[in-house]
Amino acid sequence: MKIMVAVKRVVDYAVKIRVKPDKTGVETQNVKMSMNPFCEIALEEALRIRESGLASEVVAVSVGPAQCVDTLRTGLAMGADRGIHVEFKDGLNPLSVAKVLRALVEAEKPGLLILGKQAIDDDCNQTGQMLAGLLKWPQGTFASKVTLDKEKQVATVDREVDGGIETVLLDLPAVITTDLRLNQPRYATLPNIMKAKSKVIKKYTPGDLNVEIKSDLEVLQVTEPPKRKAGVIVSSVDELIDKLQNEARVI
Amino acid sequence: MGRLLSRIICISRSRASRSRSVSPPNGCSPFRNPGGLSRVWGSGLSRAPWFLSGARTFSSGTGSGRESIEYDVVIVGAGPAGLSAAIRLKQLCRERDLDLSVCVVEKGAEVGAHILSGNVFEPRALNELLPDWRNEEAPVDVPVLSDKFWYLTKDRTFALPCPFNNRGNYVISLSQLTRWMGVKAEELGVEIYPGFAAGEVLYDSNDNVVGVGTNDMGISKDGSKKETFQHGVELKGKLTLLAEGCRGSLSEKIISKYNLRGKVQAQHQTYALGIKEVWEIDESKHEPGAVLHTLGWPLDHKTYGGSFVYHMKDRQVSIGLVIALNYQNPYLNPYEEFQKFKHHPAIKSLLEGGTVIQYGARTLNEGGFQSIPYPVFPGGAIVGCSAGFLNVPKIKGTHTAMKSGMLAAEAAFSVLSEGSSMVVYYDFLRKSWIWEELKKARNYRPAFEFGLLPGLAISGLEHYIFKGRLPFTLKHGKPDHKATNVAKLHTPIEYPRADGILSFDVPTSLHRSNTNHEHDQPAHLQLRDPTIPELVNLPEYAGPESRYCPARVYEYVPDENGVLKLQINAQNCLHCKACDIKDPQQNIEWTVPEGGGGPGYSVM
Repeated sequence: MKIMVAVKRVVDYAVKIRVKPDKTGVETQNVKMSMNPFCEIALEEALRIRESGLASEVVAVSVGPAQCVDTLRTGLAMGADRGIHVEFKDGLNPLSVAKVLRALVEAEKPGLLILGKQAIDDDCNQTGQMLAGLLKWPQGTFASKVTLDKEKQVATVDREVDGGIETVLLDLPAVITTDLRLNQPRYATLPNIMKAKSKVIKKYTPGDLNVEIKSDLEVLQVTEPPKRKAGVIVSSVDELIDKLQNEARVI
Repeated sequence: MGRLLSRIICISRSRASRSRSVSPPNGCSPFRNPGGLSRVWGSGLSRAPWFLSGARTFSSGTGSGRESIEYDVVIVGAGPAGLSAAIRLKQLCRERDLDLSVCVVEKGAEVGAHILSGNVFEPRALNELLPDWRNEEAPVDVPVLSDKFWYLTKDRTFALPCPFNNRGNYVISLSQLTRWMGVKAEELGVEIYPGFAAGEVLYDSNDNVVGVGTNDMGISKDGSKKETFQHGVELKGKLTLLAEGCRGSLSEKIISKYNLRGKVQAQHQTYALGIKEVWEIDESKHEPGAVLHTLGWPLDHKTYGGSFVYHMKDRQVSIGLVIALNYQNPYLNPYEEFQKFKHHPAIKSLLEGGTVIQYGARTLNEGGFQSIPYPVFPGGAIVGCSAGFLNVPKIKGTHTAMKSGMLAAEAAFSVLSEGSSMVVYYDFLRKSWIWEELKKARNYRPAFEFGLLPGLAISGLEHYIFKGRLPFTLKHGKPDHKATNVAKLHTPIEYPRADGILSFDVPTSLHRSNTNHEHDQPAHLQLRDPTIPELVNLPEYAGPESRYCPARVYEYVPDENGVLKLQINAQNCLHCKACDIKDPQQNIEWTVPEGGGGPGYSVM
C-alpha cells in the first residue's frame, strides 16, 4: 500500500512573526521557514507504518512556491521515498490544495492519506476534511493513535475531541489528520540528508493536474491583535462596580 | 536555468572525481593513487546504495555505532570565515581542474541564524573573493554616507572628531550577507549542513586531528536516550578548518591542547560583549548609510566600551552597546546598561515611534595583534574570529575573518594538491594585509588600560602621528575573568525598570531573538565544579553570571529552605560565550547543544 503525506512549508514555530507594514500579511522575507510541525507528525506516522511492514511506499507532497523543494528534501531526509512538488506561487487556500491533492490521488492511487490537522500559519484545519469530502473517503481527524489492519483493510483511529477521546473505525482508503500527541517525529540525520539529495522530486503545475486555483475569499487586512492594557487594582467594591459600568460597560 | 545546470555539473563532477580524491591521508596526491578507486568501491558498496558508489565513502565509525563520512576538507561553522574558505577552495578547484569535497557543518538551524554583528562592512575581502558581487544581488547595498562620533553624558552629546574612515564601506546585516554567501557556496558545490553541532574533535593514534564528530541527538535531560535518539556522525577530513567565531568551543580546546598561543608568545585573548537590537523606525528619522558611534555615558571611565547606531535600508536601524569584558564591577549588567543607553535624549528621539524587530548578543575579540595564536595544528587550522583577527580601533573583523578563510583555503589546496604543509597558512597570514593592518592597530586598545582619557590621548597620537610605527607593543591587562573585583569593593547598581517602549525586560527581548532549544536535553552549560557557584561566585562576586548573561540563563533562586541556588536556564542561551569568558574561576564551560537550537537571527 502506498501512503501519501501532504506537507506544508510555513514560518518556523520559534520565529517571532510580524505583520508587514502594508498590512497585507505576515512578513515572510528573510524569515526562517520549516515544515509545519503537524505535517512532520503526519510524515513520522507514515514512516512508522511503512517500517512495520503495512505499507510499501511513502510519498511526500507539497503545494507551494519553488522553495517547497527544501521542505520536501527534509521529508525525504526523514525517510520518505519520493516527493511531489506542485508549484504555485501565491494565493493558495485549503479548498484549492484539496483539489490538487485529489488530482494527485487519482494519479498515484494511495491507500492512505495522512495530513497534519492544521498549518500553524493560517490555522485553517480544513484541508484534510475537504479532501476527504471531495474524494468521498472516510476521515479520522485529530488522530492521537492510528492502528491499521491490513487484512480487513480498516484503520482504527483515536480522535482527540472536546469531550475526550473518540475511537472510529475507517474503511481504507481514508484520510487521517494528525494531532500533537500522535508521535514524536524523528530527526533527519546527516547521512539521510545526504542520501535524500538523490531521491526524486517530481514537479507538476496545477494546470498539469487540471486544477484551477481560485479563491472565494479576499484578505482585506492583517493587523496585530490590540496590545493588552495593564490591569488596574481597584480599592473598593464600589469602584469596581463603577468601572465595570462606566469604563468596561459590561454591566 | 543556468544555476540549475551549474549545480548539476558540480554534482556530477564532484561525484566522478570524488572517487579520485579518496586517497591515503596526509597530503598525498590523489591522482597518483590507483588504489584510491578500489577503496571507494570496496567500502562504498558494502554499505551505501548503488547510486552512491563513487560519491562518498560511508563506513561504520570507530565502534561507537556512528557512521563515518569522509571529505577532503571539513569546515566547522558557516560564518563569513568558514564560507570564504569553502568558496575559495571550490574556486581553486575550478581553476586548477581538481575536485575536492568540502563539507561545512553549522550548529545554527540555517546559515546566518547565529550571525550577529554591527555591521559596517569593508568590502576588501569580498572584492577579492567574489569580485562580481555587485551584480549578484549581494545584500551589500547601503553605502556609508555619514560618520559621527559623540561623547555622551547623561543628557548631552558632544561631537568629537571622527576617528573612523568609512568611505567606501557599507552598512549591512551580516546575517543576510552570510546567508547570501551560503547560496554562493552551494552553487559552487560546497555541501553545507545546518542544524548539526560539531561537539568533538576526532584524533588518530598520533594525536593528529582527523575530523569532527557531530553530537548525538535525542538525549534527554537525565542523559538517557529518547525515542528519537540518533547517533552523531563522524565527519572525517584530510584537513579540518575551525571557523566557529569568537571563543569557539572546539577552537579553545585545540588552542589549549597544542599550546598554540605559547608557540608564538601570544598574549591571552581579551573580549567584549556586544548587545544589539534592530529597530524599524519612523521614516522621517531614517537616514540610510548614517553611522554613529558614541563613548561615555552610560559607561564610566574605567569601563571600556561604546555604542553604535547604523542605519540600514527599509527603515531598519542597528543599535547596540559593546562593553569590554575586563570590567571590574561585578554588579555591572551589560544588558541593563544597553537598555539605559536607549533613554539618552539623542537616542530616544531617534527610536520613538519605532518597534524592535530583533534582539541578540555576542562576544567579540579585542585582543588584536598581540593575541593571535599560531593558527595551525596537526590536521588543520583555525580561521576567522576563532583565532582573532578583529581590528579593534576600526571595530571591524569581518573583512579580516574572510581573508583568513581565503588564505587557509589556499594553503589547504596546496596541501591537498601538491603535498605541502598547512604551516604555509601562517606564512600567508603574515605576508597579507591582515597582518599589516592588525600590527598598525595593535596599541589602541591596550592604551585604555590606563583609563579612558589617557586611552583616548594615546589613540589620538597613534591615529594622527605614529600610525603603529612606535617600536614597542603595549600589553593587555589581566585576563577578563581575573579583572572582576570582589563584590564588597563595589555597590550594587540600581537599574531603572523597563518601560516597554524603549527599554524591555530580558524575556521580552529574548522572544525577539527567536531563540529556542529542545528543552529535554542535557544542559550544555557545564560546571567544572558544581559547588563553585554557591561557594565562590555568589558570596564573593554576588553572582556576576546572573548579570552579564544577556539571556538570563543564570539565576540564583531560593530553594525550599530559602538558600539561594544557581539555576541554569540553558534553553535561553544565545550562544554568546560571555559566561565561558567572564566566570571568575573559569568554572563555566560552554559546550555545543543539540544542533538546530539557539538564536534565529535574520537581520542581525
